[in-house]
Amino acid sequence: MSPRIAVATGRRVLRQVRHDPRTIALLLAVPALLLVLMRFIFDGQDQVFQSIGAPLCGLFPFIVMFLISSITMLRERTSGTLERLMTMPMSKLDLLLGYGLAFGALAAAQAIVVCSVGFGLLGLTAPHGAVLVGALAILNAVLGMALGLLLSAFARTEFQAVQFMPAFVFPQILLCGLFVSREDMAPALEAISWLLPFTYAYDALARAVSPTPLGSGIVVDALVVAGTTIGALVLGALTLKRRTP
Amino acid sequence: MPDPAIEIESLEVVRGGNQVVRSISLAIEAGTITGLLGPSGCGKTTLMRSIVGAQITAAGRVKVLGREAGSRELRPLVGYVTQAPSVYGDLTVQENLEYFGRVVGAPGARATETIGTVGLSDYTDRLVASLSGGERARVSLASALLNRPRILILDEPTVGLDPVLRAELWRDFRELADGGVTLLVSSHVMDEAGECDDLLLMREGRLLRQCAPDELRRETGQQDLGRAFLKVIEMAGRS
Ligand SMILES: Nc1ncnc2c1ncn2[C@@H]1O[C@H](COP(=O)(O)OP(=O)(O)OP(=O)(O)O)[C@@H](O)[C@H]1O
Ligand SMILES: [Mg+2]
Repeated sequence: MSPRIAVATGRRVLRQVRHDPRTIALLLAVPALLLVLMRFIFDGQDQVFQSIGAPLCGLFPFIVMFLISSITMLRERTSGTLERLMTMPMSKLDLLLGYGLAFGALAAAQAIVVCSVGFGLLGLTAPHGAVLVGALAILNAVLGMALGLLLSAFARTEFQAVQFMPAFVFPQILLCGLFVSREDMAPALEAISWLLPFTYAYDALARAVSPTPLGSGIVVDALVVAGTTIGALVLGALTLKRRTP
Repeated sequence: MPDPAIEIESLEVVRGGNQVVRSISLAIEAGTITGLLGPSGCGKTTLMRSIVGAQITAAGRVKVLGREAGSRELRPLVGYVTQAPSVYGDLTVQENLEYFGRVVGAPGARATETIGTVGLSDYTDRLVASLSGGERARVSLASALLNRPRILILDEPTVGLDPVLRAELWRDFRELADGGVTLLVSSHVMDEAGECDDLLLMREGRLLRQCAPDELRRETGQQDLGRAFLKVIEMAGRS
């Protein structure tokens, strides 16, 4: 493992994104615009907007990074650059850490914009500080990235990779408790929701934006998110093969 | 003979259920240019992938510089240019080389220098996606030259290049070989075969012949290497 190579890889991914200004604009603007849209959908229902909009500020980066990291890795596989890198003196972990650095940085930028708009302009409240929401956003983004990298191994084409979004992310959003509290779901679904990493990402955010004092629950949530991230990265590393058929 | 740079013993490779390399044994001397020739689909790329350790093999042994192909210690010493250019289309030429340079630990100035070697100095800041096929192939080639590897495996590096540039690159290859680098170059262009010290002729996964160009000419009585190769195939078919 070499920090030099991980940092170089992170810089390289950021440079790729930088050559695509439209992606950057979409990355930064879309979550904020969706939040504005929600503000007016829930016009006059401040409570509902708070209970859905505030956690969403920290969940957007998960969703976006899941998608772009899986596409970036897929392109790395199909363009032959992964094969080249695997013949070079680079460890698989360097590659994954590099991705983590780049997408973590992108997630930070995205979180700053969406949190500023949400908590600054739209009247959402973060009783424990918007910074906590931002930090959770980055943690969640890295989880999204790790899952995206892992799943990209199972996609042959970009069409397939895009489909993983509705297949893997949408159910988790529906089950996490954001729209319907988990206790009100069919018992089987509630049980399933506790097996999904996104549920813990949401749970941490729900605690971060609620006025009740922070207990140890948020720490447990964050540890589950971090642990799942590491697990997904390790599994992801296993899908990177130096020798192929 | 000194220890060969590349040594293959009874190599077998199965891809997609078909045996595409059949019991190939060969040795390649250090500091030479070896041409790998054969019809499309005969297994040239597969053989090269086996040498860089990217190919799952079914049987046999591949040793490079005395070590198991693909082993960790070999990675800094072996450069591989894939048949399809494997570079980042959404980065500039300079950015591509800077990145690969950092990965292999080449000194910072090497990127600019290597861009000059492949004749792309005027394209430094162009996005690779906006380059022509031949230009992109040269970026891919440059990326493998960055750390001055001891072994260079080049899969059709001159496809789509004009004769002038091709001649220039072959001069570079010769210079590298004179400096002790071992090159294995696959090609479809038979007049390039004349530039090699040694030739490997493949067909349908088998190694038909390994010999120097002059030997091939003498043996077949054909001055033109393309015809000589056809003759070898003919003779192999008859036996
Ligand atoms: N990924 C793969 N899966 C299954 N079979 C493959 C794969 N890649 C190549 N083959 C088969 O293996 C054989 C050898 O292929 P290879 O790419 O080594 O040929 P080649 O000599 O490099 O051809 P060309 O000159 O066209 O590049 C071919 O019959 C090809 O169809
Ligand atoms: Mg080939």
